[in-house]
Amino acid sequence: MNLKTAHAGTLESGDILVEITPGTAGSGLSINLDSTVASRFGKQIKQVIDETLTGLGVTDAVVDATDKGALDCTIRARVTAAAVRATGKDVWKD
Amino acid sequence: MERLRRTMMFVPGNNPGMMADAHIYGPDSIMLDLEDSVTMAEKDTARLLVYNALKSVNYGDTEMVVRINPLNTPYGKKDIEAVVKAGVHVIRMPKTETAEEVVEVEREIERVEKEIGCLGRTKIMAAIESTLGVVNAYAIATASSRMMGIALGAEDYCANLKAQRTPGGDELRLARETIVVAARAAGIDALDTVYSNLNDMETFRQEVEYIHRLGFDGKSIINPRQIEVVNEVFAPTEKAIEKARTIIAAIKEAEKKGSGVIAVNGKMVDRPVVIRAQRTIDLAIASGILTPEELA
Repeated sequence: MNLKTAHAGTLESGDILVEITPGTAGSGLSINLDSTVASRFGKQIKQVIDETLTGLGVTDAVVDATDKGALDCTIRARVTAAAVRATGKDVWKD
Repeated sequence: MERLRRTMMFVPGNNPGMMADAHIYGPDSIMLDLEDSVTMAEKDTARLLVYNALKSVNYGDTEMVVRINPLNTPYGKKDIEAVVKAGVHVIRMPKTETAEEVVEVEREIERVEKEIGCLGRTKIMAAIESTLGVVNAYAIATASSRMMGIALGAEDYCANLKAQRTPGGDELRLARETIVVAARAAGIDALDTVYSNLNDMETFRQEVEYIHRLGFDGKSIINPRQIEVVNEVFAPTEKAIEKARTIIAAIKEAEKKGSGVIAVNGKMVDRPVVIRAQRTIDLAIASGILTPEELA
């Protein structure tokens, strides 16, 4: 899937800022997370990001995420929005 | 119990923190906004936030409403598709001026509902925010069997009217009375406009008392601090509750005896009196003055 660099979200409390940049083919997903709750929820946040992108067919990308205590549904929404912008397609409906 | 709509709290659809916490304050309805509070550049992300929040956040018994963008924008149809799929209770149409606009929204809702197999699930309410909308209020209120309410949007209405907003609200009198009458004639709810000065709670209370006297079911609000005031104003008095309980008890007694005619204190009780009594009881329970157990 062709990607361009795109981001979605904010740095406000309860939100997450997600930036997706294209990875080289076959490189997989690389997720860099900066979170105020990383020690407790870091693994879970990365899992939600990974599952969301994989479900949308985005397999080779670098993700930089700055989390401010977002719920899982917010993480899914922001990752999906960034993926829609990165792919230029309404991938969320698929 | 009939659903109460004393407070409909506006929450920007692009603010996940507020969206996650809104129900904690106990509004009767929450309106997630995709329209005026979201910039053009963020319409796509807000729609996804609202979609995911509706699907995941446990809002309990709170009625979930989403204000969509108008259908004549690039966003309206996408908004309807997303929120209907997410299971929203009510779609709120902004700036509604004609019955045809309601029919058009209903058609889009039906298309999505048929696709996912839940025909008839989504209700519609219309915000009336122009002089033409006020003139057409009854036609709008009766445009679809999905209509659950109409609401006044005062800022746009006043701009259209070429009038200034005043604390007393003289400029809104005709619109408010028209909307209440149209809603009542259509058998749906009437909701008043927002009051946006959070530093003047006294004028806010006076406005709530005024729209309560006019017959509105509730008020659109913008902050949790406004909930308590509205609920206090809408709470029935002890005397009204006592009277309502007497009427309801008489109804039950008459039903037991199979009697068609009911009298309380020598006065005949007809259907409107019973409906008002039941609403008083519902409000008393919602306000925490009565418990359902006390009525048993």
